[in-house]
Amino acid sequence: MSETPVLKLADLPKAQGFALSEAERHEIEHALGHYPDGRAASIDALKAVQKHRGWVPDEAIPEIAKAIGISAADLEGVATFYSLIFRKPVGRHVIKVCDSISCHLTGYDELKDELVKQLGVQYGQTTPDNRYTLLPICCLGACDRGATMMIDDDLHGPVEPADVKAILEKYA
Amino acid sequence: MSLRSAKDPSYQKPLTRLIDVAAGPLGLPGYEAEGGYQALKTAVKELQPQDIQARVKDANLRGRGGAGFPTGIKWSLIPMGPDAGAKYLVCNADEMEPGTFKDRLLMEQAPHQLVEAMATAAYAIQAQTGYIFLRGEYVVAAERLNRAIDEAKAAGYLGKNILGGAWSFELYVHTGAGRYICGEETALINSLEGRRANPRAKPPFPQIAGLWGRPTIVNNVETLSNIPHIVLNGADWFKGLSQGKSKDGGTKLYGCSGRANKPGVWELPIGTSARELLEVHAGGMKGGKKLKAWLPGGASTDFLLPEHLDLAMDFDTIAKAGSRMGTGLITVVAEDQSMVSAVRNLEEFFARESCGWCTPCRDGLPWSVKLLRAIERGEGVPEDIDQLAKLTRWLGPGKTFCAHAPGAMEPLQSALKYFRAEFEAGLAVNHIPKEGDACILPDHGEGPKAAYAKERMKWVNA
Repeated sequence: MSETPVLKLADLPKAQGFALSEAERHEIEHALGHYPDGRAASIDALKAVQKHRGWVPDEAIPEIAKAIGISAADLEGVATFYSLIFRKPVGRHVIKVCDSISCHLTGYDELKDELVKQLGVQYGQTTPDNRYTLLPICCLGACDRGATMMIDDDLHGPVEPADVKAILEKYA
Repeated sequence: MSLRSAKDPSYQKPLTRLIDVAAGPLGLPGYEAEGGYQALKTAVKELQPQDIQARVKDANLRGRGGAGFPTGIKWSLIPMGPDAGAKYLVCNADEMEPGTFKDRLLMEQAPHQLVEAMATAAYAIQAQTGYIFLRGEYVVAAERLNRAIDEAKAAGYLGKNILGGAWSFELYVHTGAGRYICGEETALINSLEGRRANPRAKPPFPQIAGLWGRPTIVNNVETLSNIPHIVLNGADWFKGLSQGKSKDGGTKLYGCSGRANKPGVWELPIGTSARELLEVHAGGMKGGKKLKAWLPGGASTDFLLPEHLDLAMDFDTIAKAGSRMGTGLITVVAEDQSMVSAVRNLEEFFARESCGWCTPCRDGLPWSVKLLRAIERGEGVPEDIDQLAKLTRWLGPGKTFCAHAPGAMEPLQSALKYFRAEFEAGLAVNHIPKEGDACILPDHGEGPKAAYAKERMKWVNA
């Protein structure tokens, strides 16, 4: 088993002088229109930033919080609760492997082992070429297609270990 | 207005009668041509909100999200009248119960049905705003629901002064960002308000103080999708859909996953037996294996045995057998699959998805995982099984803030009840090697098997 590299704070890319882009601002404002209270847009706002940058850097939190009118500490609490808000950089493609019961019964272990072998990384890690990040995810609601995984917005299933290589190659 | 379609001429499968997965979902014109939005028109033009509430109550529609609470009774608690103020209707579309994949079908393949259902239900409770709380991973459903909402709005089925009446209703899709606990009604409300998804104390119930403190109804996708059909055809028609298989009415989206030949989801009369689901619709067990155990409706339901297969799949019958129907999509375990591993997988899920708010859940679930992993490796001690049994009580109903941990204990307690021998086989005392024995356990990467066995001996003797 390879050693899990320790992520050091100093290694994280810094977003200096962070500012929301026009597109991000526009998406946050659109979301704000759906609710009578700005706080309700917090998840939409975090997702808007993540959509454009791949993840939500620490420096983004005060700016997003300002845009929806809540404190940065409040938003930090929200941003660290939800598993699909990424707080450290991810690769160009995020692989989410369903590890729940139906997939467990239909070949999850073999699928995960094959992914770990092909990518050379464990859960929570990104390949050195920054191409893939590997994550577990709870039931994808496609249990009739187990074993399943999602790459970015695409659902794959049933996936046999032998299919993994060809599927991965589709994501450059 | 008849809602018979060419696919379902007897109108026995109201929820899926227009679904054709190969052709994709109907857009607004196609849906209208099949009788779509007639229920909303009937409701707004001919019926009082209370009439619809009465119809749903008479139909005895029970919540399809897993709890089976009567929808009409849930609705009856919401304040009505001109002074009731802002009210909300929320659709729980956070389908994340492991083994459940029915709402995905309804949202991806019949988005207009859900939009019409939301509008009709909102009229019945006189809500002015609705949200579909959709899990973030359902990207296709989000796209199709948003398109259906835009079409419905352009046609005057949503928005201001719907169908020329006084009532207005805005509907939005809210997509989540993960976490199973969001499916819990009050955690969902917190999440929708942009907070951490910790459950809230009840009472007050959401019908009195829900979203932003206002009266709120939260219903599941499948539950809501039944509403237009009940409005158009009445309570007696709905009750008849179960064809005498259950005292409950309607159909149910049943399914089967796990080690079955043809896993899938099917709309059938409520009360259909699990045997029919597995043997007829799912084509039996894969590879001719025997069935060992099955979950009736998701990860948080007690395991049942092959001898329970002939029970009617309805809320009361499955409860009498010591489990819950839950979402009604069964998960089947084959004879050659380990119950200890299956339960370890389930508890890993629940431990990870605990919101961390209350201690028994936050600390008890990882504890159960630790014990189960030890037993799975053949390193358990006899006390581990007793400790697991204790945890099923310490994390049981009434001991925690919400139903998450009690739900997690259901598969564990039933596995201990029915498959205790498998847990005992994982005790190290049953695997003490004699001098010179080859290790009978698999090598888990901890080194050569001999060293592993030696380590284990130390552990057992400690």
